[in-house]
Amino acid sequence: MSRGEEWGAWGVTVAHGRHLALDEVTLEVPAGQVAAVVGGDGAGKTTLLRCLTGAARPRSGRVAAPSRREIGYMPAATGVWRDLTVAENMEFVGSAHGIRGKEFQRRRDALLEPAGLAHVLGRRAGNLSGGMLHKLAFSAAMLHRPRLLLLDEPSTGIDPVSRIDLWRLISQTAVDGTAVALATTYLDEAERCATVLVLDAGRTLRSGTPDEVIAGVPGTITAVRTPPDPDLAWRRGRIFHAWHPGPPRPDEQPISPDMEDAVVAAAIHARHTADGNERGSR
Amino acid sequence: MWAMIVKEFLELRRDRRTMAMIIVLPLVLLVVFGYAASFNVNDISTRVVGPRADQVAAELRGPFDVEGVDPAADEAAARDMLRDGDADVVVVTGTGPSTALVDGSQLFSAQTAVAAAAKSDGRLRPDVLYNPDLKTSWVMVPALIGMILTFIGTIITSIGLVRERQAGTLEQLAVMPFRPSDVIVGKIAPYFVLAAVDMVIVAVVGSLLFDVPFIGSPLIFVVGGALFLFTVLGIGVLISTVSQNQGQATQLALMTMLPQILLSGMIFPLESMAAGVRWIGYLLPLTYFIQIANGTMLRAAPISAQWIPLVVLAGMATLVFTAAVLRFRRDLAPRRRATPPSGPERTAPLAGAR
Repeated sequence: MSRGEEWGAWGVTVAHGRHLALDEVTLEVPAGQVAAVVGGDGAGKTTLLRCLTGAARPRSGRVAAPSRREIGYMPAATGVWRDLTVAENMEFVGSAHGIRGKEFQRRRDALLEPAGLAHVLGRRAGNLSGGMLHKLAFSAAMLHRPRLLLLDEPSTGIDPVSRIDLWRLISQTAVDGTAVALATTYLDEAERCATVLVLDAGRTLRSGTPDEVIAGVPGTITAVRTPPDPDLAWRRGRIFHAWHPGPPRPDEQPISPDMEDAVVAAAIHARHTADGNERGSR
Repeated sequence: MWAMIVKEFLELRRDRRTMAMIIVLPLVLLVVFGYAASFNVNDISTRVVGPRADQVAAELRGPFDVEGVDPAADEAAARDMLRDGDADVVVVTGTGPSTALVDGSQLFSAQTAVAAAAKSDGRLRPDVLYNPDLKTSWVMVPALIGMILTFIGTIITSIGLVRERQAGTLEQLAVMPFRPSDVIVGKIAPYFVLAAVDMVIVAVVGSLLFDVPFIGSPLIFVVGGALFLFTVLGIGVLISTVSQNQGQATQLALMTMLPQILLSGMIFPLESMAAGVRWIGYLLPLTYFIQIANGTMLRAAPISAQWIPLVVLAGMATLVFTAAVLRFRRDLAPRRRATPPSGPERTAPLAGAR
């Protein structure tokens, strides 16, 4: 593949014993774009990224990814060696990829300067703040200029300012031509990505551009003070957003959903449909 | 309070290893101390040489257990037998009183032999070789070297590997351009070097502090130590592959260390143990390292006398280390069986591809 290449997984199924971790899931990760994978706990986000790294073996489907030398991976636990300093972490990753000498220094500085880590080279990674640790992990994953960058919840648990810094780095990486796939639970982050894949319990709920995912919300969403059915509503600030599967009723004023509304409504819709099928089969 | 008790029992019930320790360990200790914990040596492996060998052998009573008689052999041959570990006592007969050459490196047998000779009304004159003053430290230092290597090899190594898994960095290593063997060797080599340095330090300090001699071949000692280290490091790696956290690894490593300390002959002589327990001792690597360390440091036993423990350790090292590497490799790189690491791009069509 050359530039303009597209990595990804097509119709991938992964089973852990009898449990289906992924059920015919497709994720396309074109070069120069950020593809988001969103979903709750156990949705299959990490398993999908692990398919791309090669750590998880799909039972069926097709995976296209570059060789390990061209993959950058940041696991949810950051994958940083906490007893090593910032400099030592970068040196270790550099050595693993055969990057040494002036070239290493040049690349390291180019990553750590904008990440705000250039002044803490001698600090042990375990003593960094959460945001700095995540930025170090990102920098280490980017050191060898991978063609495919996989980030597993890169901004979970870090402060809003660090999130902004981290996103600046991620965006710049995509602009520079790297294909980026990231798993996240933050839906505002997903909204900035080129494509979004919404997973729930290993199944695809929605996929497409953020606009497509939002536009594809089934049923009707309204803003209410008291939800008619608590199982079909979620809190947004001081009010509730409520969903029902039908078209707007005469007395209803549908709202324009955002990504959070779209994902929650899709999840409720899936559960609603599954419950309906279950009742029908009894 | 009741809720706390119930919660604690629920947690304990699910922590199978702790439950196993609570239930199995007392039973193991009971059996081990009941059948193995004995300093009394009832049978001392004995050979008799010299012109009156047949006559003296017929006169010898317990605890001397005569296993061979050779009237043609002289004292030099007797000393060789003792050095090579063919017997714990070799009685050299002549015209006067017989001399019982006693292997002082087998402390408890030697003590029993000296005590028995003292009751022979002067017919048996003991001559203790290799540990003339029957010092406990001379026997303990070689065994302690083995114990320290076991500690580093199993506990420290398993903790080091599990820490990598717990921190999530093992997952990162699996994605980096390392071959599984790079990761395994890279992780183990520092512990191997540290344990080897420890081995030298303990041997030197032990010799200086307790005047323990080192009269044998350093090469045999080093080879034996290296084989033993590979075995215990392999056990450490194996433990790490079945442990989710450092606590579990420590627990399991201690469970493998305890029988080694108790049943390897380090504390209780193997020959004093009941046969039902003794065979366990022969499955433990520390048993063979102690034989090598003891034979090399105290008796200068040559390779011809040490090949059995060396071969057994080599077999154990191969078996355990191979199993450890295979298990570790499985954890580290499930995909690499399918995809060569050097491939420029990976487009892996899989079964059922659409």
